[in-house]
Amino acid sequence: MSDAEAKSLPLDAWHRARGARMVPFAGYAMPIQYEGIIAEHKWTRESAGLFDVSHMGQLIVAGPEAQKGLESLLPADLAILKDGRLRYSLLLAEDAGIVDDLMATRRGDHFYVVVNGATKEGDIDYLRARLPRSVVIDHMKEQALLALQGPKAVDALARLAPGVEALGFMTGGAFQIGGIAAWISRSGYTGEDGFEISVPGAKVAEVAELLAAQPEVKPIGLGARDSLRLEAGLPLYGHDLDTETTPVEADLTFAISKRRRGEGGFAGWHRIARELEEGPIRRRVGLAVEGRQPVREGAMVVDAEGNEVGKVTSGGFSPILEAPIAMAYVPAASADVGTSVTLAQRGKLFQAKVVPMPFVPHRYHRKGAA
Amino acid sequence: MTVYYTKEHEWIRVEGDEATVGITDFAQGQLGDVVFVELPEAGRQVSRGGEAAVVESVKAASDVYAPVSGEVTEPNQALADDPALANSDPEGGGWFFKLRLSDTSELDGLMDAEAYKSFCDSQ
Repeated sequence: MSDAEAKSLPLDAWHRARGARMVPFAGYAMPIQYEGIIAEHKWTRESAGLFDVSHMGQLIVAGPEAQKGLESLLPADLAILKDGRLRYSLLLAEDAGIVDDLMATRRGDHFYVVVNGATKEGDIDYLRARLPRSVVIDHMKEQALLALQGPKAVDALARLAPGVEALGFMTGGAFQIGGIAAWISRSGYTGEDGFEISVPGAKVAEVAELLAAQPEVKPIGLGARDSLRLEAGLPLYGHDLDTETTPVEADLTFAISKRRRGEGGFAGWHRIARELEEGPIRRRVGLAVEGRQPVREGAMVVDAEGNEVGKVTSGGFSPILEAPIAMAYVPAASADVGTSVTLAQRGKLFQAKVVPMPFVPHRYHRKGAA
Repeated sequence: MTVYYTKEHEWIRVEGDEATVGITDFAQGQLGDVVFVELPEAGRQVSRGGEAAVVESVKAASDVYAPVSGEVTEPNQALADDPALANSDPEGGGWFFKLRLSDTSELDGLMDAEAYKSFCDSQ
């Protein structure tokens, strides 16, 4: 897609004025970097990074049958989800393929659901076709979404929105930033403590300006967002997850809640139950690659004879570890931590070892933890 | 000593039939943080427009092409050890390899500094 075809988001001019390099992503012109990916990556891990993720789809799912309807497509236990709490979940197809990954929040009488930008239109069509007719889906196109991530995010945001410091990981609430209504949750996609902030698109430049004026905060592009989430072991839809992969293969069984495992009643349950019992034939793992050369998405996992037995779905250079890391799907027999695997990229072989994820420890703000 | 430039954003500094090759400041700016380079070994024959080295940034891998044909006489070991030199000093200490030219007439097809600047401005 060329720049000309990419739509503009509400912060477009704001990014350009700050020297961002804009690239087409998910149909929108988005900032890939400002001063440089490594500097932005490290700043986020040490201080606080401001991300514009307004390309993502923000949905309201409402109606008396909303919970029941969503539970028919998600493996999450929404019945026990308290008001203001959110869950990572997966939108599933009948064959257990992953249609999208998402965050679902119970917010009063409805669910607030955030889905990926590139898949949002398809998700809405899928939800409309599969949910009871009484369930209303509102795509809040007028809302923008920011993420403030990093160990100092709480200091910066609490100055503007007092009370956010009391939120625990994966909880949210209604706040104001400079008099502007904001839905803020303590969540994110970097492995760091931080917040996601939903505000009206018409006001997002004011909010971004207030946040970026805090001494802890710098704007961060999509390049660092990708390297941060890779270090955090978090999958990216369309790369590490797609309709050909199941939640068990993707090593996301934590998202299949206990009650739902036993009861079923959601799309893909038969295959998921079988894979939970017998184990999947392949699994998403983290890889530490020998040497310094990054092994990227599309590289093959090969056996001793050079036959393709798996694939790298994300890979790059970890700015924190200063070494190449990757996510790959490997045969179940090669998925245990410590297993050596061979990768092939552009005719060259690389040695790698299965390592636990996250590659860099998560530092979420869990209530009750120090 | 003369410096020439290619449309693939390499520079080549020529003294007699000896030359030094690297990527331009424009190229390193486009690539972003360089984290790895794969350099040709001394003695390798490279041909004009052929792949000679690989440069990898956080974002992507790119090929570096030989601006002219010749024999590699020296890869820049300092760059292999510290790939960020390609960002911090692209047209100095961040050179990629040295080359003995096999046909100096191939230089005729390359741009001088002024032509290269116009070329970048039009990108």
